[in-house]
Amino acid sequence: MAHYEYDLRGMICPMPVIRTQDRIAELLDGDALEVLCSDPGALHDIPAWCRIHGHSVTNAVHEPEGLIRIQVLVHKP
Amino acid sequence: MVTKRKAVALISGGLDSMLAVRMVQEQGIEVEGINFYTGFCVEGHTHAIRNHDKKKKKRNNALWVAEQLGIKLHIIDVIEEYKDIVINPKHGYGAHLNPCLDCKGFMVRKAEEWRITNNFDFIITGEVVGQRPMSQTAKRMPIVMRESGAGNRLVRPLCARKLEATLPELEGWLDRSKLGEISGRSRKEQIALTRQWGIKDYAQPAGGCCFLTNQQYAAKLQDLWTSRGTREYELDDIMLLKVGRHIRPNADFKLIVCRDDGENNFATGYKNRFISLYANSHEGPLALFDGQASTENLKLAARIVARYGKGKHASVVTVQVSEPRESEGQELNVTPLDTTEMPREWIL
Repeated sequence: MAHYEYDLRGMICPMPVIRTQDRIAELLDGDALEVLCSDPGALHDIPAWCRIHGHSVTNAVHEPEGLIRIQVLVHKP
Repeated sequence: MVTKRKAVALISGGLDSMLAVRMVQEQGIEVEGINFYTGFCVEGHTHAIRNHDKKKKKRNNALWVAEQLGIKLHIIDVIEEYKDIVINPKHGYGAHLNPCLDCKGFMVRKAEEWRITNNFDFIITGEVVGQRPMSQTAKRMPIVMRESGAGNRLVRPLCARKLEATLPELEGWLDRSKLGEISGRSRKEQIALTRQWGIKDYAQPAGGCCFLTNQQYAAKLQDLWTSRGTREYELDDIMLLKVGRHIRPNADFKLIVCRDDGENNFATGYKNRFISLYANSHEGPLALFDGQASTENLKLAARIVARYGKGKHASVVTVQVSEPRESEGQELNVTPLDTTEMPREWIL
């Protein structure tokens, strides 16, 4: 049950989704991943990707300075 | 026990691939989607860079389609591998710099590799015979089957009955009589299927899903290759071709002039790579300078930047010129370029 952070600032969609997808492939059930992004599109796309793959988004915020934080709880069979 | 067969579908985010998946799902096939990111994809978010497109739905259409269909979607970064397809297409280009036949062969080959690795039974695409002049003709569709290595494990459900039977049909995994026989560019039959299956929302990208089919974009890419003397490119290069007015006054330099705040924000991220210019005496756009920064070229660039700002009728506009990664820079006092001094051919 580890917690990881992944800085994807500066990338525009769909790269943050692709990198999140590839990082989650390396993680274990119950791990938590916090993704930092700058493209507002990630606020829609990463949760959508998580929904279709069965992972939970536990928090998604767009901070005033433009930073986006998305927390994902990984679920694997 | 009957084995549940599995198909991997190429999902573009458009209607045809959505319908193709739905058609095989109706036959009890388990489907997962695959979407390839080449860097040239027309993404909702790319449009969202510009202010006037802010009302467009901020969604990745391929992900959205997958969610509607209840399937998993794997998005694969093929930016590096795809360069060879764009630079050296074996079957040549379409109307612009679109290597459609090579592109389809490449994507189906990648899907075939994925299929084998993940132990799936066949591949499906949303292709319709006769719909696209370069890659989707009865004569050319077999080329994709052959060159991709997928052979008769490649199924085009929407037009399957117009084509030879594939392995899934011959093996009875798919009932051929329930597959489509759509052909041509009319969308009537696809629209009828949306009604039949209650699909109310779907993406209708104007001009397709790839920037390489866009005349203006292709002209900018060709200019990039010509000016550099090489057809190599990086992701940042092709992203910047989607943004701003690209103005080339001479062979030495090109100026990318943003058109609104959305583009200004986007281009700000590139100030560490390019010389940047903006008027600080009047409101105006941010511009990126790509080329040889001689005093003369920078002055001409500053006059162009002044011409696109609120000071375009002023006698003098002060333009800040900053080196990459520098917030401060030199100030140039220039007269905005008059329309008559700027030939149409400068704008790519």
